[in-house]
Amino acid sequence: MKFLPLDHETQHQAPRKPATRDDPKLSSGRIAVFQYAAVGIFLFLIAGFWDLQVRNPELYNELAERNRVKYLPIVAPRGKILDRDGRVIVDNHSSFRVILSRETLKLDHLRPIAEGLRLDNDDLAAQLRRYRNRPKYEPVVIKQELTPADVAFVESHKDPEFFPEMELIHSQGRIYPQEGVAAHVIGYTGEVSEAELDLPEFARYNTGDVIGKFGIERQYNDTLMGVDGQRQVVVDNRGREREVIGIKEAIPGKNLQLTIDLDLQAVAELAMEGRKGAVVALDPRTGEVLAMVSRPIFDPNKFSVRIKTADWKSIIDDPDHPLLNRAIQAQFAPGSTFKPIMAIAGLETGTIDDTTSFFCGGGASFYGHFHKCHLKGGHGTVALHKGIVNSCDVFFYNVGNRMDIDDIAYYADNAGLGQKTGVDLPHEAEGIVPSTKWKIRMFRQKWYQGENISVAIGQGALTVTPIQLARAIGGLAMGGVWHRPHLVKNQPDKPHELELDPENVEKVISGMCGVVNEAGGTGVRAHLAGVEVCGKTGTAQLTSNEYAKSRGIKIKDNAWFVGFAPRKDPEIVVVALFEGGEHGQLAAPIVRDVIKAYFDKKARGGGPPDSLSAAAKPAPPVLTPAAVPVAEIP
Amino acid sequence: MKEYLPARDMDWPLIAITILICGLGVLQIFSATHGTIWQDAWWKQLFWIAAGLLLMWVVTAIDYHTLMAHVVGMYVISLVLLAAVFLVGKQVFGSTRWIPLPLGFHFQVSEFVKLVIILLVARFMTELKSDSLEVRDLLKIAALVAIPMVLVLKEPDLGTALTYLPILAVGALLAGLNWRYVAAIAVVLVLVLPVAGLYFLKDYQKARLVSFLDPDRDPRGTGYQVIQSKIAVGAGGMWGKGLTKGSQTQLRFLPVPHTDFIFSAFAEERGFAGVVLVLALYFMLLMQIVKNAQTAPDRAGMYICMGIAALLLFHVLVNVGMVVGRIPVTGIPLPLMSAGGSSMLSVFLMLGLVNNVRLRRFVN
Repeated sequence: MKFLPLDHETQHQAPRKPATRDDPKLSSGRIAVFQYAAVGIFLFLIAGFWDLQVRNPELYNELAERNRVKYLPIVAPRGKILDRDGRVIVDNHSSFRVILSRETLKLDHLRPIAEGLRLDNDDLAAQLRRYRNRPKYEPVVIKQELTPADVAFVESHKDPEFFPEMELIHSQGRIYPQEGVAAHVIGYTGEVSEAELDLPEFARYNTGDVIGKFGIERQYNDTLMGVDGQRQVVVDNRGREREVIGIKEAIPGKNLQLTIDLDLQAVAELAMEGRKGAVVALDPRTGEVLAMVSRPIFDPNKFSVRIKTADWKSIIDDPDHPLLNRAIQAQFAPGSTFKPIMAIAGLETGTIDDTTSFFCGGGASFYGHFHKCHLKGGHGTVALHKGIVNSCDVFFYNVGNRMDIDDIAYYADNAGLGQKTGVDLPHEAEGIVPSTKWKIRMFRQKWYQGENISVAIGQGALTVTPIQLARAIGGLAMGGVWHRPHLVKNQPDKPHELELDPENVEKVISGMCGVVNEAGGTGVRAHLAGVEVCGKTGTAQLTSNEYAKSRGIKIKDNAWFVGFAPRKDPEIVVVALFEGGEHGQLAAPIVRDVIKAYFDKKARGGGPPDSLSAAAKPAPPVLTPAAVPVAEIP
Repeated sequence: MKEYLPARDMDWPLIAITILICGLGVLQIFSATHGTIWQDAWWKQLFWIAAGLLLMWVVTAIDYHTLMAHVVGMYVISLVLLAAVFLVGKQVFGSTRWIPLPLGFHFQVSEFVKLVIILLVARFMTELKSDSLEVRDLLKIAALVAIPMVLVLKEPDLGTALTYLPILAVGALLAGLNWRYVAAIAVVLVLVLPVAGLYFLKDYQKARLVSFLDPDRDPRGTGYQVIQSKIAVGAGGMWGKGLTKGSQTQLRFLPVPHTDFIFSAFAEERGFAGVVLVLALYFMLLMQIVKNAQTAPDRAGMYICMGIAALLLFHVLVNVGMVVGRIPVTGIPLPLMSAGGSSMLSVFLMLGLVNNVRLRRFVN
């Protein structure tokens, strides 16, 4: 195509047409200017295409891909938590969460989004700030467990003309039993916090992940959690999915079967209703935890994703510390429940035998201090059996006085006191078994023999957790075989064993049997027809009576009861701690109820009791106070 | 005066190029709209092409001198119609450009005013007595062009209003405006336009300018179109994704891929190779028109052809420049490719005028 002024042509025409002012030839030079301009413009345009299409095609291909391909998470459902019979304790329900794409986020959309989802605008802004250093393609989960109104808001506002940065994701929410049943065992889940992400334990999680924060949910988070999948979808400019081009299925978390028996758990929960304390039931033959209750309770459903600030404050500010799992974290003096350990220590070391007797006149003096017996009038002449049955303090003062503290500590240590039992729950407490070494370590002082007197009746520096006590007495009842308590089934473990003289063990057990079954025994309230329950009461002071009186404060003693059954080949050991219960006798019915439930169920062949059939259905077990006979507290 | 106009004297290469561009446009419209609410745009476009070819032939029958003789009346009618747009116009996307007609058609007055301005400039320049254009005369014709321009600007339709300027500019250039004035006007424009822009442009027009200068600043807003267009073009690469295979076009990330941004869609699906082909066709089209200007029987015919060439060149520059992000988004169609009746008919009318001039090159 010719585009320069066609001079030869115009010249060719010239002879036929004289050049006049009206002749276009006059403008031929200026037409050439236009033609050059046109050439320039077309080169300019082609250079633009060259830049985009030939020099950088990969860049724009990638941008086009990013435009059209969206990566959406498929949330892996957490594993369910089942009881020992396979009944569901913790289930999932279908829910929605909303995520914000940070690549397309417009900051002035935050306020209307926060309003639409009824979120606090400042919280939302702070949450986004925390993501500042993370890659842009990582979305932010801004709300989980959407209400139907929230879902409607997202659905109607995720079009380009509103807030296209919002995306609705299907997820699985956690349903915990109502009324806090087994709350401390199960724990709760929540969004992983910034602080946790810095810990090695949580290193593999990402901001926004919902992880176990407490209890079994935390201990077995890796088992329960599963691996989120991802969908690669092609979307159009309105964010509508046109095609799925890749899918990585989520790997659901594994179900977890606990050793907890919901029937026993329910009975223990009801027995502790309105009280403060803990109940632990173990199978001494295996260490399986059959029931574990801590009171007061909290509602894990409030935690399941992101707890409201007000709820969190009310839980944290509660003077009763509902988040404390008293079964493994409360460290209190065991009081007289320690006496069976003292007894076996005295017998095994040869300090006493079953004929060794002391006179109890309501108290006795040691090293210049008068130590009272709990029975003002005294028990008279007391040997081992009566000493345990009547829980005579003077008898045990004398035993302790004759022994070396390190020998007492040896048996207490072997029974598992003063150390973590290793139960599969986080944050277990250790308790204290005093010894000469312990004294030097803690106070840089030597041990005074006079301190033995308090330790001998389970006071002084000695503290235990309910689960330690259950394990200690259960192992003793087994003749010196202590299993590690555990909550998840099928955990092989090597029990701790100590060679004990079976006759000595029998003497202690006989005493514990008398506590429950003999007239005058302190634990007769734990008596059950048809099953020989053995046990020991404990009334433990939190501080010395003198101290309390001098301060003019009244501190109620803790009531303990530890019981096992049957006497031969025990199958269950139960500890009840009733904080402020004042007398060990009052803790005995709690233990009795749990043991009764165990043997009732066994007699039925393992089925749940009719009255508890509600609890047998999948979570949440609904318990009504009328469902179980509650022990009367005199 | 009845004259004999042999059909073989029509500019057949010009018509062939036109039909070729239109054909590629129809394919692209089909590809960009199938499966959408605009999916019948391609056969509508075929209808407009047919109507346009007919109109082109009809226009050749009326001697352009006759048309120029009536240009004052046409000019007045244009102003009346532009004013009427404000009274009975149909508002679309916040701007009133169309007068509704029977049968559901809409008439974009500003598109046809282009033709009147071409004839007006041609007549004004022809009637000049001197060999060079005096500034006084330039101001006169500029004022005449400014009146419809302001009316179109008020619609508001900056893009179309600007298309009147190259007609005036090329007219002034060919009328022999002193080079010094050309340079002076260019300098004044460069200095005054940005300032004037701040006062006279609507907010969205300013935003378009800002986003043109820095498209990443506001990726979902006005810069969105530029970014998406560049992505579409770039993703096309050397050979393109193939018709109906371009993801940016098919998933509608590209705004209006059958009208203003049809060339982005074309570039994505046909690649650099297709782009060069079509730009070459446009260039040949322009040069064919320029050739007709050079062979025109008189200065009036030359002014008409060159005005048309300048206008089409401006359209291609602004539309295609916008597609590659080198010119701000003003929203003017790509002649012969963008879907739309008013634009198609006005281009075919212009090509009719070119043929009109060509057929009379041996007359006199």
